[in-house]
Amino acid sequence: MGKVFGAVAGVGAVGALYAMKKSWDPLPSVKAAGFTTVDLSAAEPNKLMVEKWRGKPIFILKKTPEMVAKQSAEQTARDIVVNGENFLICIGLCTHLGCIPAYREAKQDFKCACHGGEFDSSGIDTLAPPPSPMVIPPFNVKGNTVVLGEEGETYRQMKDAGVLA
Amino acid sequence: MAHFTKATSVHDWLNQRLAIDTLQRVLSKEYWIPKNINFLWAMGMVLAFTFGILLVSGIFLLMYYQPHVDTAFDSVNFTIMREVEFGWLWRHVHAVAASVVFLIIYIHMLTGIYYGSYKKGREMIWISGMLLFVAFSAEAFSGYMLPWGQMSYWAGMVITNLFSLGSLEFNGLVEWIRGDYVPGQAFLDRFFMLHVLLIPLAILGLIGLHFGALRIPHVNNQDGEEFDFDEEAAKYKAGNKKESKVIAFANDFLSKDMFVVSIYLIFFFYLVFWHFGFAMDAINFDPADGLKTPPHIYPEWYFLWSYEILRPFPKDPGLVAFGFAQVIFFLLPWLDRSPNAVPASRRGLFFFWFWAMVIDLIILTAMGKLPPQGIYSTIGLFAAWAFIGLWVILPFITRNEKRA
Repeated sequence: MGKVFGAVAGVGAVGALYAMKKSWDPLPSVKAAGFTTVDLSAAEPNKLMVEKWRGKPIFILKKTPEMVAKQSAEQTARDIVVNGENFLICIGLCTHLGCIPAYREAKQDFKCACHGGEFDSSGIDTLAPPPSPMVIPPFNVKGNTVVLGEEGETYRQMKDAGVLA
Repeated sequence: MAHFTKATSVHDWLNQRLAIDTLQRVLSKEYWIPKNINFLWAMGMVLAFTFGILLVSGIFLLMYYQPHVDTAFDSVNFTIMREVEFGWLWRHVHAVAASVVFLIIYIHMLTGIYYGSYKKGREMIWISGMLLFVAFSAEAFSGYMLPWGQMSYWAGMVITNLFSLGSLEFNGLVEWIRGDYVPGQAFLDRFFMLHVLLIPLAILGLIGLHFGALRIPHVNNQDGEEFDFDEEAAKYKAGNKKESKVIAFANDFLSKDMFVVSIYLIFFFYLVFWHFGFAMDAINFDPADGLKTPPHIYPEWYFLWSYEILRPFPKDPGLVAFGFAQVIFFLLPWLDRSPNAVPASRRGLFFFWFWAMVIDLIILTAMGKLPPQGIYSTIGLFAAWAFIGLWVILPFITRNEKRA
Protein backbone atom coordinates (compact mmCIF):
# COMPACT_ATOMS: atom_id res chain seq x y z
CA MET A 1 0.00 0.00 0.00
CA GLY A 2 2.81 2.37 0.91
CA LYS A 3 4.62 1.62 -2.35
CA VAL A 4 1.49 2.30 -4.40
CA PHE A 5 0.91 5.53 -2.56
CA GLY A 6 4.56 6.48 -3.10
CA ALA A 7 4.37 5.69 -6.83
CA VAL A 8 1.22 7.79 -7.30
CA ALA A 9 2.73 10.66 -5.35
CA GLY A 10 5.99 10.33 -7.31
CA VAL A 11 4.26 10.52 -10.69
CA GLY A 12 2.30 13.53 -9.49
CA ALA A 13 5.43 15.27 -8.18
CA VAL A 14 7.35 14.72 -11.42
CA GLY A 15 4.41 16.02 -13.45
CA ALA A 16 4.04 19.08 -11.27
CA LEU A 17 7.77 19.85 -11.38
CA TYR A 18 7.75 19.48 -15.17
CA ALA A 19 4.85 21.93 -15.47
CA MET A 20 6.62 24.36 -13.11
CA LYS A 21 9.83 24.15 -15.12
CA LYS A 22 8.01 24.76 -18.41
CA SER A 23 6.06 27.69 -16.97
CA TRP A 24 9.32 29.48 -16.28
CA ASP A 25 10.67 28.96 -19.81
CA PRO A 26 10.80 32.03 -22.06
CA LEU A 27 7.41 32.56 -23.73
CA PRO A 28 6.92 31.75 -27.45
CA SER A 29 6.54 35.48 -28.13
CA VAL A 30 9.87 36.14 -26.43
CA LYS A 31 11.55 33.36 -28.40
CA ALA A 32 9.99 34.56 -31.68
CA ALA A 33 11.37 38.03 -31.01
CA GLY A 34 14.80 36.43 -30.67
CA PHE A 35 15.57 36.99 -34.37
CA THR A 36 16.62 40.33 -35.80
CA THR A 37 17.34 41.13 -39.42
CA VAL A 38 19.92 43.83 -40.00
CA ASP A 39 20.54 45.53 -43.33
CA LEU A 40 24.25 46.13 -43.71
CA SER A 41 24.13 48.28 -46.85
CA ALA A 42 23.83 51.45 -44.76
CA ALA A 43 27.00 50.68 -42.77
CA GLU A 44 29.87 53.14 -43.11
CA PRO A 45 33.50 52.13 -42.71
CA ASN A 46 34.99 52.63 -39.24
CA LYS A 47 31.66 53.87 -37.87
CA LEU A 48 30.11 51.73 -35.15
CA MET A 49 26.51 50.69 -35.73
CA VAL A 50 24.57 49.48 -32.71
CA GLU A 51 21.57 47.23 -33.13
CA LYS A 52 19.43 45.54 -30.50
CA TRP A 53 19.00 41.78 -30.46
CA ARG A 54 17.39 39.86 -27.61
CA GLY A 55 17.62 43.08 -25.59
CA LYS A 56 21.39 43.15 -25.93
CA PRO A 57 23.41 45.68 -27.91
CA ILE A 58 24.99 44.30 -31.08
CA PHE A 59 28.11 46.02 -32.41
CA ILE A 60 28.44 46.14 -36.19
CA LEU A 61 31.65 47.61 -37.54
CA LYS A 62 32.46 47.78 -41.23
CA LYS A 63 36.21 47.67 -41.65
CA THR A 64 38.21 49.86 -44.03
CA PRO A 65 40.58 48.09 -46.48
CA GLU A 66 43.54 49.46 -44.47
CA MET A 67 42.19 47.92 -41.30
CA VAL A 68 41.74 44.56 -43.01
CA ALA A 69 45.24 44.71 -44.47
CA LYS A 70 46.82 45.27 -41.05
CA GLN A 71 44.96 42.44 -39.34
CA SER A 72 46.51 39.28 -37.97
CA ALA A 73 45.15 35.89 -38.96
CA GLU A 74 43.41 35.60 -35.59
CA GLN A 75 41.63 38.90 -36.14
CA THR A 76 40.65 38.10 -39.74
CA ALA A 77 39.23 34.76 -38.65
CA ARG A 78 36.58 36.66 -36.68
CA ASP A 79 35.56 38.84 -39.64
CA ILE A 80 32.21 38.20 -41.24
CA VAL A 81 32.33 38.85 -44.97
CA VAL A 82 29.18 40.26 -46.54
CA ASN A 83 29.28 41.30 -50.20
CA GLY A 84 33.06 41.34 -50.14
CA GLU A 85 33.24 43.68 -47.14
CA ASN A 86 34.69 42.62 -43.77
CA PHE A 87 32.51 43.20 -40.72
CA LEU A 88 32.85 42.78 -37.01
CA ILE A 89 29.51 41.62 -35.60
CA CYS A 90 29.49 40.89 -31.90
CA ILE A 91 27.45 41.27 -28.72
CA GLY A 92 28.55 44.65 -27.39
CA LEU A 93 28.97 43.56 -23.80
CA CYS A 94 32.29 43.43 -22.03
CA THR A 95 33.01 39.82 -21.14
CA HIS A 96 34.14 40.91 -17.66
CA LEU A 97 30.93 42.07 -16.02
CA GLY A 98 28.67 42.85 -18.96
CA CYS A 99 29.13 46.63 -19.36
CA ILE A 100 28.98 48.25 -22.80
CA PRO A 101 32.38 49.36 -24.15
CA ALA A 102 32.71 52.48 -26.33
CA TYR A 103 34.27 52.52 -29.79
CA ARG A 104 37.20 54.89 -30.34
CA GLU A 105 37.36 55.65 -34.05
CA ALA A 106 40.82 57.19 -33.94
CA LYS A 107 42.41 54.25 -32.14
CA GLN A 108 40.10 51.72 -33.81
CA ASP A 109 39.47 49.88 -30.57
CA PHE A 110 36.90 49.49 -27.81
CA LYS A 111 37.37 50.85 -24.32
CA CYS A 112 35.22 49.80 -21.38
CA ALA A 113 35.18 52.77 -19.02
CA CYS A 114 33.91 50.73 -16.08
CA HIS A 115 36.95 48.63 -15.34
CA GLY A 116 39.37 49.71 -18.03
CA GLY A 117 39.12 46.70 -20.33
CA GLU A 118 40.11 47.10 -24.00
CA PHE A 119 39.20 45.18 -27.15
CA ASP A 120 40.63 45.55 -30.64
CA SER A 121 38.53 46.18 -33.74
CA SER A 122 37.87 42.44 -33.98
CA GLY A 123 36.47 42.32 -30.46
CA ILE A 124 39.50 40.50 -29.05
CA ASP A 125 40.41 41.43 -25.50
CA THR A 126 43.74 43.23 -25.41
CA LEU A 127 43.78 44.61 -21.87
CA ALA A 128 42.51 42.87 -18.72
CA PRO A 129 40.16 42.42 -16.84
CA PRO A 130 37.96 40.96 -19.65
CA PRO A 131 38.85 37.25 -19.82
CA SER A 132 37.78 36.56 -23.40
CA PRO A 133 36.83 38.25 -26.71
CA MET A 134 33.39 39.75 -27.16
CA VAL A 135 30.88 37.10 -28.19
CA ILE A 136 29.81 36.62 -31.82
CA PRO A 137 26.06 35.89 -31.83
CA PRO A 138 24.52 33.21 -34.06
CA PHE A 139 24.05 34.79 -37.51
CA ASN A 140 23.07 33.90 -41.04
CA VAL A 141 24.16 36.02 -44.00
CA LYS A 142 21.44 36.55 -46.59
CA GLY A 143 22.53 38.81 -49.43
CA ASN A 144 23.15 42.21 -47.93
CA THR A 145 21.52 41.37 -44.61
CA VAL A 146 22.31 39.25 -41.60
CA VAL A 147 19.73 37.47 -39.50
CA LEU A 148 20.82 37.42 -35.87
CA GLY A 149 19.73 34.42 -33.83
CA GLU A 150 19.86 32.00 -36.77
CA GLU A 151 22.84 29.66 -37.12
CA GLY A 152 23.98 29.93 -40.74
CA GLU A 153 26.62 28.00 -42.65
CA THR A 154 29.41 30.52 -42.00
CA TYR A 155 28.54 30.62 -38.32
CA ARG A 156 28.82 26.86 -38.08
CA GLN A 157 32.15 26.89 -39.90
CA MET A 158 33.49 29.54 -37.50
CA LYS A 159 32.21 27.49 -34.58
CA ASP A 160 33.95 24.36 -35.83
CA ALA A 161 37.16 26.34 -36.40
CA GLY A 162 36.93 27.45 -32.78
CA VAL A 163 36.95 31.20 -33.40
CA LEU A 164 33.69 31.91 -31.61
CA ALA A 165 34.02 33.05 -28.07
CA MET B 1 -14.82 15.43 21.61
CA ALA B 2 -13.38 17.11 24.62
CA HIS B 3 -15.76 18.01 27.43
CA PHE B 4 -16.77 21.67 27.40
CA THR B 5 -18.35 23.46 30.35
CA LYS B 6 -20.21 26.73 30.39
CA ALA B 7 -17.58 29.43 30.18
CA THR B 8 -17.17 31.73 33.15
CA SER B 9 -15.37 34.44 31.14
CA VAL B 10 -14.06 35.24 27.66
CA HIS B 11 -10.67 34.01 28.87
CA ASP B 12 -12.16 30.71 29.99
CA TRP B 13 -14.14 30.36 26.74
CA LEU B 14 -10.93 30.77 24.70
CA ASN B 15 -8.92 28.61 27.07
CA GLN B 16 -11.29 25.68 26.65
CA ARG B 17 -11.00 25.92 22.89
CA LEU B 18 -7.42 27.13 22.25
CA ALA B 19 -5.59 26.21 25.47
CA ILE B 20 -4.25 29.75 25.69
CA ASP B 21 -2.98 29.24 29.25
CA THR B 22 -0.82 26.31 28.14
CA LEU B 23 0.43 28.24 25.14
CA GLN B 24 1.33 31.23 27.26
CA ARG B 25 3.15 29.01 29.74
CA VAL B 26 5.16 27.12 27.12
CA LEU B 27 5.95 30.11 24.93
CA SER B 28 6.60 32.82 27.45
CA LYS B 29 6.07 32.37 31.21
CA GLU B 30 8.06 29.14 31.44
CA TYR B 31 10.40 29.68 28.54
CA TRP B 32 13.71 30.02 30.35
CA ILE B 33 16.43 32.51 29.52
CA PRO B 34 19.85 32.56 31.22
CA LYS B 35 20.45 35.64 33.34
CA ASN B 36 24.00 36.04 32.18
CA ILE B 37 23.56 37.41 28.69
CA ASN B 38 24.28 40.89 27.38
CA PHE B 39 22.48 43.22 24.99
CA LEU B 40 23.94 41.41 21.95
CA TRP B 41 21.48 38.59 22.66
CA ALA B 42 18.63 40.99 21.97
CA MET B 43 19.52 41.13 18.26
CA GLY B 44 17.12 38.27 17.55
CA MET B 45 14.25 40.36 18.85
CA VAL B 46 15.55 43.40 16.96
CA LEU B 47 15.53 41.30 13.79
CA ALA B 48 12.02 39.99 14.42
CA PHE B 49 10.89 43.58 14.90
CA THR B 50 12.63 44.78 11.74
CA PHE B 51 11.06 41.95 9.77
CA GLY B 52 7.66 43.10 11.05
CA ILE B 53 8.45 46.66 9.93
CA LEU B 54 9.45 45.37 6.49
CA LEU B 55 6.24 43.38 6.23
CA VAL B 56 3.96 46.30 7.12
CA SER B 57 5.78 48.90 5.00
CA GLY B 58 5.95 46.37 2.16
CA ILE B 59 2.17 45.87 2.25
CA PHE B 60 1.65 49.63 1.90
CA LEU B 61 4.09 49.84 -1.03
CA LEU B 62 2.41 46.85 -2.65
CA MET B 63 -0.85 48.75 -2.98
CA TYR B 64 0.56 51.24 -5.48
CA TYR B 65 3.54 49.45 -7.00
CA GLN B 66 3.09 48.24 -10.60
CA PRO B 67 5.25 45.31 -11.74
CA HIS B 68 5.49 46.35 -15.38
CA VAL B 69 8.65 47.40 -17.22
CA ASP B 70 6.96 50.56 -18.52
CA THR B 71 5.33 51.70 -15.29
CA ALA B 72 7.37 50.22 -12.42
CA PHE B 73 9.87 53.10 -12.26
CA ASP B 74 7.18 55.80 -12.19
CA SER B 75 4.94 53.90 -9.80
CA VAL B 76 7.77 54.03 -7.26
CA ASN B 77 9.39 57.37 -7.99
CA PHE B 78 6.31 59.34 -8.89
CA THR B 79 3.15 57.69 -7.58
CA ILE B 80 4.46 56.39 -4.26
CA MET B 81 6.96 59.17 -3.60
CA ARG B 82 4.81 62.16 -4.63
CA GLU B 83 1.16 61.27 -5.00
CA VAL B 84 0.40 58.79 -2.26
CA GLU B 85 0.18 60.55 1.08
CA PHE B 86 2.98 59.28 3.29
CA GLY B 87 4.08 57.02 0.43
CA TRP B 88 7.58 58.44 0.92
CA LEU B 89 7.45 57.24 4.53
CA TRP B 90 6.72 53.61 3.61
CA ARG B 91 9.39 53.65 0.94
CA HIS B 92 12.06 55.10 3.20
CA VAL B 93 11.07 52.82 6.07
CA HIS B 94 11.20 49.83 3.74
CA ALA B 95 14.52 50.79 2.15
CA VAL B 96 16.22 51.67 5.43
CA ALA B 97 14.91 48.52 7.14
CA ALA B 98 16.11 46.38 4.21
CA SER B 99 19.59 47.80 4.65
CA VAL B 100 19.71 47.90 8.45
CA VAL B 101 18.36 44.36 8.76
CA PHE B 102 21.66 43.15 7.30
CA LEU B 103 23.68 45.21 9.76
CA ILE B 104 21.78 43.51 12.58
CA ILE B 105 22.07 40.08 10.93
CA TYR B 106 25.85 40.53 10.77
CA ILE B 107 26.00 41.58 14.44
CA HIS B 108 23.79 38.60 15.32
CA MET B 109 26.04 36.21 13.35
CA LEU B 110 29.29 37.60 14.72
CA THR B 111 27.90 37.45 18.26
CA GLY B 112 27.13 33.77 17.66
CA ILE B 113 30.65 33.18 16.39
CA TYR B 114 32.31 35.14 19.20
CA TYR B 115 30.48 33.28 21.96
CA GLY B 116 30.54 29.86 20.26
CA SER B 117 26.76 29.63 20.05
CA TYR B 118 26.95 27.24 17.08
CA LYS B 119 28.67 24.46 19.01
CA LYS B 120 27.58 20.96 19.96
CA GLY B 121 23.83 20.79 20.42
CA ARG B 122 23.27 24.18 18.80
CA GLU B 123 24.21 23.30 15.21
CA MET B 124 20.61 23.52 14.01
CA ILE B 125 20.29 27.03 15.41
CA TRP B 126 23.33 28.01 13.37
CA ILE B 127 22.21 26.25 10.18
CA SER B 128 18.66 27.57 10.31
CA GLY B 129 20.15 31.01 10.94
CA MET B 130 22.40 30.71 7.89
CA LEU B 131 19.41 29.56 5.81
CA LEU B 132 17.64 32.70 6.99
CA PHE B 133 20.63 34.74 5.87
CA VAL B 134 20.42 33.18 2.40
CA ALA B 135 16.66 33.77 2.26
CA PHE B 136 17.11 37.41 3.33
CA SER B 137 19.80 37.84 0.66
CA ALA B 138 17.42 36.51 -2.01
CA GLU B 139 14.66 38.73 -0.62
CA ALA B 140 16.92 41.80 -0.75
CA PHE B 141 18.10 41.05 -4.27
CA SER B 142 14.60 40.43 -5.65
CA GLY B 143 13.36 43.62 -3.96
CA TYR B 144 16.23 45.63 -5.41
CA MET B 145 14.97 44.74 -8.90
CA LEU B 146 11.50 46.16 -8.43
CA PRO B 147 12.04 49.94 -8.89
CA TRP B 148 13.44 49.01 -12.33
CA GLY B 149 16.18 51.62 -12.29
CA GLN B 150 19.57 51.31 -13.94
CA MET B 151 21.21 49.56 -11.00
CA SER B 152 18.22 47.20 -10.67
CA TYR B 153 18.55 46.21 -14.30
CA TRP B 154 22.31 45.79 -14.37
CA ALA B 155 22.51 44.09 -10.99
CA GLY B 156 19.85 41.70 -12.32
CA MET B 157 21.93 41.15 -15.44
CA VAL B 158 25.19 40.53 -13.57
CA ILE B 159 23.81 38.35 -10.78
CA THR B 160 21.73 36.13 -13.07
CA ASN B 161 24.79 35.81 -15.34
CA LEU B 162 26.57 34.10 -12.43
CA PHE B 163 24.27 31.12 -13.05
CA SER B 164 25.97 30.47 -16.40
CA LEU B 165 28.74 29.14 -14.13
CA GLY B 166 31.60 30.78 -15.99
CA SER B 167 33.15 28.69 -18.74
CA LEU B 168 30.43 26.05 -18.42
CA GLU B 169 28.20 28.59 -20.23
CA PHE B 170 24.84 27.39 -18.96
CA ASN B 171 23.16 30.20 -20.87
CA GLY B 172 20.00 28.14 -21.12
CA LEU B 173 19.77 28.15 -17.32
CA VAL B 174 20.26 31.92 -17.20
CA GLU B 175 17.55 32.44 -19.83
CA TRP B 176 15.26 30.08 -17.93
CA ILE B 177 15.73 32.07 -14.72
CA ARG B 178 15.04 35.33 -16.56
CA GLY B 179 12.30 33.98 -18.83
CA ASP B 180 13.97 36.10 -21.51
CA TYR B 181 17.38 36.73 -23.00
CA VAL B 182 17.87 39.79 -20.81
CA PRO B 183 16.00 41.05 -17.74
CA GLY B 184 12.56 41.98 -19.10
CA GLN B 185 8.86 41.74 -18.28
CA ALA B 186 8.95 38.04 -17.36
CA PHE B 187 11.95 38.69 -15.11
CA LEU B 188 10.30 41.63 -13.34
CA ASP B 189 7.05 39.72 -12.79
CA ARG B 190 8.66 36.62 -11.36
CA PHE B 191 11.00 38.54 -9.09
CA PHE B 192 7.99 40.51 -7.91
CA MET B 193 6.28 37.21 -7.06
CA LEU B 194 9.41 35.93 -5.30
CA HIS B 195 9.79 39.16 -3.34
CA VAL B 196 6.22 39.52 -2.11
CA LEU B 197 5.16 35.90 -1.71
CA LEU B 198 7.46 32.93 -2.04
CA ILE B 199 10.57 34.17 -0.23
CA PRO B 200 8.64 35.87 2.61
CA LEU B 201 6.77 32.58 3.11
CA ALA B 202 10.09 30.74 3.24
CA ILE B 203 11.42 33.33 5.70
CA LEU B 204 8.39 32.89 7.98
CA GLY B 205 8.88 29.12 7.93
CA LEU B 206 12.59 29.46 8.63
CA ILE B 207 11.96 31.86 11.51
CA GLY B 208 9.71 29.16 12.98
CA LEU B 209 12.48 26.59 12.54
CA HIS B 210 15.10 28.97 13.99
CA PHE B 211 12.99 29.58 17.13
CA GLY B 212 12.15 25.88 17.38
CA ALA B 213 15.84 24.96 17.15
CA LEU B 214 16.42 27.02 20.32
CA ARG B 215 13.87 25.11 22.34
CA ILE B 216 15.90 22.05 23.32
CA PRO B 217 19.54 23.23 23.53
CA HIS B 218 18.34 26.58 24.95
CA VAL B 219 20.09 29.86 24.39
CA ASN B 220 23.83 30.07 25.14
CA ASN B 221 25.17 32.49 27.76
CA GLN B 222 28.04 34.89 28.14
CA ASP B 223 30.32 32.35 29.88
CA GLY B 224 29.31 29.37 27.77
CA GLU B 225 28.30 27.77 31.04
CA GLU B 226 26.36 24.51 30.77
CA PHE B 227 23.64 24.22 33.33
CA ASP B 228 20.51 22.20 33.93
CA PHE B 229 17.62 24.37 32.79
CA ASP B 230 15.05 22.18 34.53
CA GLU B 231 16.86 22.45 37.86
CA GLU B 232 17.33 26.22 37.52
CA ALA B 233 13.72 26.64 36.41
CA ALA B 234 12.53 24.67 39.46
CA LYS B 235 14.47 27.05 41.73
CA TYR B 236 12.89 30.02 39.99
CA LYS B 237 9.40 28.60 40.28
CA ALA B 238 10.00 27.75 43.97
CA GLY B 239 10.67 31.45 44.54
CA ASN B 240 14.48 31.32 44.71
CA LYS B 241 14.68 33.82 41.90
CA LYS B 242 17.95 35.21 43.15
CA GLU B 243 19.75 31.85 43.21
CA SER B 244 18.31 30.62 39.93
CA LYS B 245 20.47 31.16 36.88
CA VAL B 246 17.46 31.64 34.66
CA ILE B 247 14.54 33.99 34.35
CA ALA B 248 11.27 33.67 32.47
CA PHE B 249 11.17 35.03 28.94
CA ALA B 250 7.98 36.98 29.62
CA ASN B 251 7.69 39.45 31.08
CA ASP B 252 11.11 39.43 32.72
CA PHE B 253 13.57 39.03 29.91
CA LEU B 254 11.24 40.58 27.38
CA SER B 255 11.51 43.89 29.20
CA LYS B 256 15.25 43.93 28.52
CA ASP B 257 14.72 42.89 24.90
CA MET B 258 12.21 45.69 24.44
CA PHE B 259 14.57 48.20 26.00
CA VAL B 260 17.21 47.32 23.38
CA VAL B 261 14.57 47.39 20.64
CA SER B 262 13.54 50.88 21.77
CA ILE B 263 17.10 52.19 21.55
CA TYR B 264 17.38 50.55 18.14
CA LEU B 265 14.16 52.13 16.92
CA ILE B 266 15.44 55.60 17.83
CA PHE B 267 18.49 54.92 15.66
CA PHE B 268 16.27 53.38 12.96
CA PHE B 269 13.87 56.29 12.67
CA TYR B 270 16.75 58.76 12.84
CA LEU B 271 17.98 57.08 9.64
CA VAL B 272 14.51 57.01 8.09
CA PHE B 273 13.90 60.71 8.59
CA TRP B 274 17.35 62.21 8.25
CA HIS B 275 19.61 59.78 6.44
CA PHE B 276 17.37 57.64 4.24
CA GLY B 277 19.71 58.40 1.33
CA PHE B 278 22.28 55.88 2.52
CA ALA B 279 19.90 53.09 1.52
CA MET B 280 19.35 54.55 -1.96
CA ASP B 281 21.69 54.47 -4.91
CA ALA B 282 21.79 57.56 -7.14
CA ILE B 283 22.15 55.38 -10.24
CA ASN B 284 18.83 53.70 -9.49
CA PHE B 285 17.06 57.01 -10.06
CA ASP B 286 17.71 56.56 -13.79
CA PRO B 287 15.17 54.27 -15.47
CA ALA B 288 16.49 50.89 -16.62
CA ASP B 289 18.18 50.99 -20.03
CA GLY B 290 19.49 47.80 -21.60
CA LEU B 291 21.66 49.72 -24.04
CA LYS B 292 23.53 51.89 -21.56
CA THR B 293 25.59 50.65 -18.65
CA PRO B 294 26.33 52.64 -15.54
CA PRO B 295 30.06 53.40 -15.25
CA HIS B 296 30.52 51.37 -12.10
CA ILE B 297 28.33 48.44 -11.10
CA TYR B 298 28.43 47.46 -7.46
CA PRO B 299 25.97 45.81 -5.08
CA GLU B 300 24.47 47.18 -1.88
CA TRP B 301 26.93 47.51 1.00
CA TYR B 302 25.91 44.23 2.65
CA PHE B 303 26.93 42.15 -0.37
CA LEU B 304 30.20 43.98 -1.04
CA TRP B 305 32.39 41.53 0.90
CA SER B 306 31.27 38.50 -1.11
CA TYR B 307 31.34 40.54 -4.34
CA GLU B 308 34.96 41.44 -3.62
CA ILE B 309 35.80 37.74 -3.20
CA LEU B 310 34.42 37.17 -6.71
CA ARG B 311 36.03 40.15 -8.40
CA PRO B 312 39.84 40.03 -8.12
CA PHE B 313 40.15 36.51 -9.55
CA PRO B 314 39.77 35.43 -13.18
CA LYS B 315 36.24 34.37 -14.17
CA ASP B 316 36.15 30.68 -13.14
CA PRO B 317 38.35 30.76 -10.02
CA GLY B 318 36.37 33.87 -9.00
CA LEU B 319 33.12 31.91 -9.16
CA VAL B 320 34.64 29.07 -7.15
CA ALA B 321 35.87 31.53 -4.50
CA PHE B 322 32.43 33.19 -4.47
CA GLY B 323 30.71 29.81 -4.04
CA PHE B 324 33.15 29.02 -1.24
CA ALA B 325 32.28 32.26 0.55
CA GLN B 326 28.55 31.47 0.31
CA VAL B 327 28.68 27.97 1.82
CA ILE B 328 31.65 28.02 4.18
CA PHE B 329 29.81 29.72 7.07
CA PHE B 330 27.35 26.79 7.12
CA LEU B 331 30.23 24.45 7.99
CA LEU B 332 31.47 26.52 10.93
CA PRO B 333 30.21 24.08 13.63
CA TRP B 334 32.39 21.35 12.11
CA LEU B 335 35.38 23.42 11.06
CA ASP B 336 35.77 24.71 14.60
CA ARG B 337 37.21 21.57 16.20
CA SER B 338 37.35 22.87 19.76
CA PRO B 339 34.52 21.82 22.11
CA ASN B 340 34.85 25.07 24.10
CA ALA B 341 31.68 27.13 23.94
CA VAL B 342 33.20 30.13 25.68
CA PRO B 343 33.84 33.70 24.52
CA ALA B 344 36.64 34.04 21.96
CA SER B 345 38.66 36.07 24.48
CA ARG B 346 39.22 32.87 26.49
CA ARG B 347 40.09 30.70 23.53
CA GLY B 348 43.67 31.63 22.65
CA LEU B 349 44.31 31.70 18.90
CA PHE B 350 40.63 31.68 18.03
CA PHE B 351 40.41 35.19 19.50
CA PHE B 352 42.86 36.43 16.86
CA TRP B 353 41.10 34.40 14.18
CA PHE B 354 37.78 36.06 15.04
CA TRP B 355 39.09 39.60 14.89
CA ALA B 356 41.18 38.86 11.77
CA MET B 357 37.95 37.66 10.12
CA VAL B 358 36.06 40.80 11.18
CA ILE B 359 38.83 43.08 9.89
CA ASP B 360 39.10 41.10 6.66
CA LEU B 361 35.34 41.40 6.06
CA ILE B 362 35.57 45.16 6.60
CA ILE B 363 38.49 45.45 4.17
CA LEU B 364 36.64 43.35 1.59
CA THR B 365 33.58 45.55 1.99
CA ALA B 366 35.60 48.75 1.50
CA MET B 367 37.47 47.40 -1.53
CA GLY B 368 34.24 46.07 -3.07
CA LYS B 369 32.90 49.61 -3.23
CA LEU B 370 36.01 51.12 -4.79
CA PRO B 371 36.74 50.76 -8.49
CA PRO B 372 38.95 47.71 -9.09
CA GLN B 373 42.05 49.57 -10.14
CA GLY B 374 45.67 49.68 -9.06
CA ILE B 375 46.31 49.31 -5.36
CA TYR B 376 42.62 48.61 -4.58
CA SER B 377 42.67 45.50 -6.78
CA THR B 378 45.80 44.28 -5.04
CA ILE B 379 44.39 44.87 -1.55
CA GLY B 380 41.15 43.18 -2.64
CA LEU B 381 43.06 40.16 -3.94
CA PHE B 382 45.03 39.80 -0.70
CA ALA B 383 41.90 40.20 1.39
CA ALA B 384 40.10 37.55 -0.69
CA TRP B 385 43.00 35.15 -0.21
CA ALA B 386 43.08 36.01 3.48
CA PHE B 387 39.39 35.11 3.76
CA ILE B 388 39.98 31.69 2.20
CA GLY B 389 43.17 31.19 4.24
CA LEU B 390 41.42 31.98 7.52
CA TRP B 391 38.88 29.22 6.89
CA VAL B 392 41.59 26.78 5.91
CA ILE B 393 43.56 27.30 9.12
CA LEU B 394 40.49 27.30 11.40
CA PRO B 395 40.38 23.50 12.00
CA PHE B 396 44.11 23.47 12.78
CA ILE B 397 44.18 26.31 15.27
CA THR B 398 41.06 25.05 17.05
CA ARG B 399 42.14 21.40 17.19
CA ASN B 400 44.97 22.10 19.59
CA GLU B 401 42.98 24.42 21.78
CA LYS B 402 43.04 23.57 25.47
CA ARG B 403 39.74 22.83 27.14
CA ALA B 404 38.70 26.02 28.86
